[in-house]
Amino acid sequence: MGTLVEEIFSRKAGRRVQAGEIVLLDVDYIMSHDNTTPLAIKAFREIGKPIYDKNRIVLHLDHAYPAPNVMAAENHRKIIDFVKEQELPHLFMQGVCHQVMLEEGFVTPGAIIIGADSHSNTYGVMGAFGAGLGSTEIAVAWVTGKCWFKVPETIRIELHGQTQPGVYAKDVMIHIAGLLGMDGATYRSVEFGGEYIENLPMHERIIFPNMSTEIGAKCGLIAADQVTIDYLENETPAGGQPSPQPLSRGERGQVPSPLGGERRVRDFELLRPVNPRYERVLEIDVSTLTPQVACHPDVDNVKPLEQVEGLEVHEVYIGTCTNARYEDLEIVANMLKGKRVNPLVRVIVTPASQRIYKKALQNGLIEILMDAGCTVTGTGCGACIGRHGGILAPGERALTTMNRNFVGRMGSPLAEIYLASPATAAATALTGRITDPRKMQKSE
Amino acid sequence: MGKAWTFGENMNTDEIIPGRFNITIDPKELAKNVFCEVKPEFAKSVQPGDVVVGGPNFGCGSSREHAPIAIKGAGVQCVIAASFARIFFRNAINIGLPILECPEAVAGIREGDEVEVDLSSGQIRNLTTGAVFQARPLPDFVLKIAAAGGIVNFLKEHDIQELMA
Repeated sequence: MGTLVEEIFSRKAGRRVQAGEIVLLDVDYIMSHDNTTPLAIKAFREIGKPIYDKNRIVLHLDHAYPAPNVMAAENHRKIIDFVKEQELPHLFMQGVCHQVMLEEGFVTPGAIIIGADSHSNTYGVMGAFGAGLGSTEIAVAWVTGKCWFKVPETIRIELHGQTQPGVYAKDVMIHIAGLLGMDGATYRSVEFGGEYIENLPMHERIIFPNMSTEIGAKCGLIAADQVTIDYLENETPAGGQPSPQPLSRGERGQVPSPLGGERRVRDFELLRPVNPRYERVLEIDVSTLTPQVACHPDVDNVKPLEQVEGLEVHEVYIGTCTNARYEDLEIVANMLKGKRVNPLVRVIVTPASQRIYKKALQNGLIEILMDAGCTVTGTGCGACIGRHGGILAPGERALTTMNRNFVGRMGSPLAEIYLASPATAAATALTGRITDPRKMQKSE
Repeated sequence: MGKAWTFGENMNTDEIIPGRFNITIDPKELAKNVFCEVKPEFAKSVQPGDVVVGGPNFGCGSSREHAPIAIKGAGVQCVIAASFARIFFRNAINIGLPILECPEAVAGIREGDEVEVDLSSGQIRNLTTGAVFQARPLPDFVLKIAAAGGIVNFLKEHDIQELMA
């Protein structure tokens, strides 16, 4: 009996746990990337104990990859040397960590996954507990297989209705960020549900757990259902079938798949809230919502697009763990097909992963984007963290599909960042001014 | 005893230490740029023992430990905030940067005030005004980690299970 996070924690603990308790739990996977792993290695050396289970450690090079400078290169070298030294099976250089975690099947319903990255909340889309932690705790989990958690109180967000054409999950989530504010869910689990969520495809669902971080949440959860199972079966390498043996990754053959073993079968339990006691329930009707923009300088500085329509932009950035999936690129390509983006605006597209990039290439999306004047970069976190791939100059304004618009995040602290959906980004790319995508989509 | 440096609400990790400086994990290097965009004079003038005072949701944003490390590297004795963002809270405990949650103290301390903090009791004294504040006590297991000087040191001597014992 409990909220979804209480159900997940109770199953792991082997007893009933409730909000407010502090529990020490086994973790299924421990994720870190090139920005946070070097500190974890340092803490690991200081602890001086062996790794608990190598198969649980998943490392990614994505934040500054390929290395834009010597120091980033040194970080990559340090991580790869550590992988060799410890004979770790899971190292990835194929896109944004959170997307790769989902694609490679590490995230399964009911799992507990911690990551040295604040957007590890993303894993909640599969009905898994995902939370961001610092590097030191990652090292602690490497040697103990465990992590302490305070079982959080839950805010339930019940979403009703269907969005109008041109309005996407990103608009809904930006609207929620504006309602709750940047600390509106601090220390809380946020459960997203209702018929709007139930009818959403996976790539749209992801926005909600991913951006739950921006309202301070410990985790953002969506109960697993048939959409989740279909994603595991169709989009992950093991075909989503519980398997008695670890499976290889096929033609690439570098690392064994995480899918397999007894644990896998249990991971398919579809946990749901059972007689939950929520701290607060928010009911939102999405059917009247219009496109939304999170304006400089805070994620909760949210305005309906019409209030900032016409504002000049210097860069449009389509990328990140929030909105650079195949379907996002497809929306953008459909809007840009046969057209040219504003010639004075830098329009940069960074697909979230190699798999997405490859599919977009095979299906002609990349050609459409290039013909329209977009710059398509290699995969990874790209410009989102201000290291490379689209840094902003002082006085510039960007409209992006990112999840965060902190001052200085994309480079100069004198630049402004506006957050919106891929459709709004595409419409804005065409005009060079913040533009309502519904106008562009109608004209097709 | 140290001087208070005050900051506003929702002080995020990019404002504490911008991402572009996180190419190192050296506390002294990070400390050179700590708060460089919100309070450029801080890094040059901060003295060992000084206290950082922040509003609600201090340390929100990224999971980067660079933020508490940069503050600790600057010699800051303690961060007092109305509330902390959750990852920053965990990270500060884990790396041994003392933090106290006390909205009353935040309201009663101004930039430059002389502040004395007793970490074991949670008592905060504003020596400039004479006001005394009591911070909320930290949970037992947090005190165990703090007493060991961070979780890394705790694990050198103990099993993780002892945290909950």
